[in-house]
Amino acid sequence: MTDGHNHTNKGLLLALVVLGLLGFVLPGWAAFLGIVALSKGLVVLGLLLLWRLGLVSFGQALYFGIGGYTVGLAGLWWGLHDALALTALGTLAATAIAALLGLLIARYREIFFAMLSLAFSMILYGLLVKSDLLGSSDGFGVPPVSFAGMALSPAHGTLALYALAAVVACGAALLVHRLLRATLGHLAGAVRDSELRVEYLGVSVFQVIYAQYVAAGALAGAGGAITAMAVGHVDPALVYWTVSGEFVFITILAGTGHVAAPFLGALLFEVVRSFAMQYAPFTWQLILGVVLLLLILFLPNGLWSLARRWRGGEA
Amino acid sequence: MYTLLAILVDGLVYASWLFVVAVGLTLIFGVMRILNVAHGSLYAFGAYAAASLVGAYAATGFPPAGSLLLLPAAALGVGLVLGLLLERGLLRRLHGRDEIIILLVTYAAFLILEDVLRLIWGSDAYLAFQPYAALGNLEAGVLIFATYDLSLIGLAVLLGLALWWGLQHTRRGKLRVAVIHDPELARLVGIDVSRFHTGTFVLGAMLGALGGALTAPQISVTPGIGVEVIVLAFAVVATGGMGSIPGAAVGAVIVGLSRAAAVHLLPEVELFVIYGVMAAVLAVRPHGLFSPAEGRRI
Amino acid sequence: MPLLQTIGLTRHFGSVVAARNVSLRVARDEVVGIIGANGAGKTTFVNMVTGYLTPERGHIRFADRDITGLRPRQITRLGICRSFQVPQVFPSASVRDNLLISLGVIPATPRALWRPLHRPALQEAAETLLQRYQLDGHRSQAAGLLPQGMRKLLDIAMAAARKPRLLLLDEPTSGVSVAEKHDIMDIVMAALREEGVTVLFVEHDMDIVARHAQRVLAFYDGGIIADDAPGTVLQDPTVRELVLGEPGANGEQADAER
Repeated sequence: MTDGHNHTNKGLLLALVVLGLLGFVLPGWAAFLGIVALSKGLVVLGLLLLWRLGLVSFGQALYFGIGGYTVGLAGLWWGLHDALALTALGTLAATAIAALLGLLIARYREIFFAMLSLAFSMILYGLLVKSDLLGSSDGFGVPPVSFAGMALSPAHGTLALYALAAVVACGAALLVHRLLRATLGHLAGAVRDSELRVEYLGVSVFQVIYAQYVAAGALAGAGGAITAMAVGHVDPALVYWTVSGEFVFITILAGTGHVAAPFLGALLFEVVRSFAMQYAPFTWQLILGVVLLLLILFLPNGLWSLARRWRGGEA
Repeated sequence: MYTLLAILVDGLVYASWLFVVAVGLTLIFGVMRILNVAHGSLYAFGAYAAASLVGAYAATGFPPAGSLLLLPAAALGVGLVLGLLLERGLLRRLHGRDEIIILLVTYAAFLILEDVLRLIWGSDAYLAFQPYAALGNLEAGVLIFATYDLSLIGLAVLLGLALWWGLQHTRRGKLRVAVIHDPELARLVGIDVSRFHTGTFVLGAMLGALGGALTAPQISVTPGIGVEVIVLAFAVVATGGMGSIPGAAVGAVIVGLSRAAAVHLLPEVELFVIYGVMAAVLAVRPHGLFSPAEGRRI
Repeated sequence: MPLLQTIGLTRHFGSVVAARNVSLRVARDEVVGIIGANGAGKTTFVNMVTGYLTPERGHIRFADRDITGLRPRQITRLGICRSFQVPQVFPSASVRDNLLISLGVIPATPRALWRPLHRPALQEAAETLLQRYQLDGHRSQAAGLLPQGMRKLLDIAMAAARKPRLLLLDEPTSGVSVAEKHDIMDIVMAALREEGVTVLFVEHDMDIVARHAQRVLAFYDGGIIADDAPGTVLQDPTVRELVLGEPGANGEQADAER
């Protein structure tokens, strides 16, 4: 990913413009789908960072849920309704928790890292389900949000939220792309290859992992915040580990070759899921499992690697 | 005073259940370094198979106590079939891949099995309380305990001792040490490592299914019971030390007692306590209480 | 003031004595060879000086500073780097990227780490290293595909990238074919001479030791049994017996006289 970074930057900005223009012509359900896809793409972008370190988090739903619940609570208890502010607040809350939990979890690798992250998300799940104050398993509704002080009609609100999601997604992608070109980004692969060598070059492996874990948490929080505003409701199911599993699935589906891959992967996932839920609700997990197996066995670098092969003849 | 006794007994009952559920997981990890996410499916299949068998048995009119034998039978059957399917059919082909990749593969297997379960047994709840009722109750002052629950403690202890004895005193048990530490060398001295792996996996699968089968009479068996079990089992195993059977026992007791205390004293923090205890142990001993020593790398 | 000084370093592994009261001094600009049979304590010594192991007793001083017990990355930042018996490179990155990363982390501040890796200043420095270590023909190749000799050179180049004051090389020519050994060592020593680095290298090949070392330390059973010019040490009968494995002066088996 060393050459063509200018292309990526221009490409992302172009994508932003295209997305924005699309927003004017998309019907409501498509815009909603777009919001969900972009939000999940944010979470998967964080998983991309961790994947390059050789780590898989099975607990990103924790931060996704924190982002969502923060938005709901801020609206309900503090009367905060501005969409941008809520997004920032949700992201901040998730970042804070990630900064705390990261101190423990960044010491681990491989299976332990995955299962610890899973356990943390289940802790929150347990707390939320038992918490009557937060609506226990029913959750509660998120008050309608406003944009720059204006309360919009539901249709316009969705479009505005879509625009917000597009801006946040492109901004995040640009930032992550910058990170990947930086020394810190290359240190991810280095840590994966030889932690010993990294330490002997004077760098703390723990700090490299910690920084990117916190970034992943922040991204997931942003995704959760936006989703909560779009759906209008939060409940503990947001934090359940199967949600984390879906994020991991999308990561593998999309591949980690480019910062755009998570968003495209999430879009594909959401589209297929809508169909599957309509026509085959009892075999959705079966399909997921089979596809996951096939991906691992035959296309371990995800669909993006296919695109690469078509374009450049390289894998 | 009675609260203390209640906490102790409830804690030990829960710990016994945890031990049976978790020991299969740690056994497989210890020998093959595979964390089998599908362990939850084995548990669920064990529960459903047991429930079906007990249900069929109840219709025959034979004495209810006989239904107890069906539980381990269900576990053996499920463990054998699914265990062989998973190990021979799937995991063997991925030998040598990253641990995390194998984890994802077992996760995929879990997803598939969850829906297969639903396709076989549907979404309705199954009840199979005959074995539970057959054993009656035990009274201690104002406290009433189901004999079934108390027997679990005895069973868990027996199981633990049997496994320990099997590892320390039988030839296969000693071979396990060789296979764990250096599979290549073990092969060179003539140990059939593949068969050993299959055997271990099937045993672990049976134990997981046993956990489910033993639970079926206590609960209403519904889809989704397998999901939480995986995380709980992992918490126990991580606390005790991955791959360590005494660790699973100690981890189960610690987690079981903590949870019982929470349930009786502050119910809101029940789940929190379990994982909190795990996090606390890991903060002090990153590899769990009974972790193996590691050799020098450079 | 010596650049490196160890005072009474002691370390056991169970009942094995890996370091037995090791005290020595190395002056600036010296080139010191360390020899000894397997298990004599050479790598343990290197591991203690570079912070991978903590001595049970004793101190290590680097210039005017006590570095005993510091972690490897702290010791690296103070100016001591090392290469490894099994070369520790980043196999999935290109040779050039390996060097760029080694350069890009000087200093390891958040600000520096956020800067792009492929910037001109770093690329120039990497180019210099590539030329010096004769790796420029392989610059785009994945480090994992390098032949062993080149991999060793890369490992050493990465260690030398931050221009350390002291460089420890752990068996720089081990695993390299006989034909290449001398070439590798010549390249390394020429490169290091240009940078003015004090070098300690562990070696089993006595020709290489004789050719490049100004001073030789012979280890046996955790302690130093000889410390002198190569000519003297390599002719010493005790060294020949205990390190090189030649039969005793009287044709008898060697005893451990400690």
